[in-house]
Amino acid sequence: METYYDPKDLKKFSEIGEGAPELWKKFNDWYSEVFKEGALSEREKALIALAVAHAVQCPYCIDAYTQACLEKGADLEQMTEAVHVASAIRGGASLVHGVQMKNVNKKLTM
Amino acid sequence: MEARHKSMKAFGNELAAPEVQLEIINRKNGFPAFDSKYKDTGEDKLRAGKIEILQINLGKMCNQVCKHCHVDAGPDRKEIMSRETMEQCLTALKNSDIETVDLTGGAPEMNPDFKWFVTEIKKLDKHIIVRSNLTILVTNGFEDYPEFLAENQVEIVSSLPYYKASFTDRQRGSGVFEKSIKAMKILNGLGYGKEDSGLIFNLVYNPVGAFLPPGQECLEKDYKRELAKNFGIVFNNLYTITNMPISRYLEYLIASGNYEEYMEKLVNAFNPEAAKNVMCKYTLSVGWNGYLYDCDFNQMLELKVKTENSRHIKDFNQQILEGREIITGQHCFGCTAGAGSSCGGELT
Repeated sequence: METYYDPKDLKKFSEIGEGAPELWKKFNDWYSEVFKEGALSEREKALIALAVAHAVQCPYCIDAYTQACLEKGADLEQMTEAVHVASAIRGGASLVHGVQMKNVNKKLTM
Repeated sequence: MEARHKSMKAFGNELAAPEVQLEIINRKNGFPAFDSKYKDTGEDKLRAGKIEILQINLGKMCNQVCKHCHVDAGPDRKEIMSRETMEQCLTALKNSDIETVDLTGGAPEMNPDFKWFVTEIKKLDKHIIVRSNLTILVTNGFEDYPEFLAENQVEIVSSLPYYKASFTDRQRGSGVFEKSIKAMKILNGLGYGKEDSGLIFNLVYNPVGAFLPPGQECLEKDYKRELAKNFGIVFNNLYTITNMPISRYLEYLIASGNYEEYMEKLVNAFNPEAAKNVMCKYTLSVGWNGYLYDCDFNQMLELKVKTENSRHIKDFNQQILEGREIITGQHCFGCTAGAGSSCGGELT
């Protein structure tokens, strides 16, 4: 069955560089630097990336960063907690907009 | 995969046969041959250098049946090194300048002549490493082994695939983590892993699945912090080791549909710097029956050294063995991926 997302497409990511090689190079250099150990360990950064991947719901990123988390020494417990953090922020982001609803409701109702 | 209680051999699994494994591993599937890739190091052929470590497999018997075991070890395996072969090893050691003896298995402690052999090697003033699975040290009948190892200043290297029970028990069997913690506390009590004690205690991480190991230095920090915080345990170094696509791990890769992708990962991660330092260059492996191999993995694949005049420990000839051409195959990509992998961890 054809789908928009094919796991094999992840390996074609670098082909994006064909249209704008300079921009691709800059992106790549910056991306590599971002994930190096710094104030945060590589494992912590991979877990953040996994959480963000779930928040932006990118199947490629979820695939890549589940593998990356394992290869940086995380386990299922840590990865699941990271996904919960993403979910809590997404859920909280919806819920906190209820304040706007309340503001409008207050203005319009007696 | 369900927990294992017996070896693949005991189940009559065709993958237990080295020739079946080799047939699968050495299908290239579009990947370059290891030999041709090795040329990226600038060397034409992989050759052994000076032998620094004699790694001796005391037998395939083990009290554990780990899912990834490249030896296919287990309680049902009866292959055990005889005292006669041990004596031949001692003669070889006496006649060589090899400084380190690395005892492995199975669970090497389960060989009935283990203590005798360690005592005899010690008399030759060699450094001894024992690859202990930890749980054997808290098994009935083996309780005095930690003290024996400490008295003989034996370095201990032990597998602990994670600092938590989940991953450890999934790979090594239910309850292994708890028993390992108990054994590590006993070893710490004897001074193992403590600064200035002279008793070296190293741990080994290997991935619990179809992925490559993390950076050794980074993971060691996590292990030290978590084991100290949760259990008050200390150790010297953590070695990260890549799982080799042979034996039970090969079975797992095929059964889980990960074989092709894992091989692709290994090949793509080929690192010429790691390849320059592979352990077969300085380690000679002795099988339970005395035959010689370039490494423990070739031993399990029954690929004896090429040197026809020195293929058994009774015919050990250091001069002939040093400089020999190493027998390679696609499984060798396991030692050369990323930061590299050996019995002493990363290679770069």
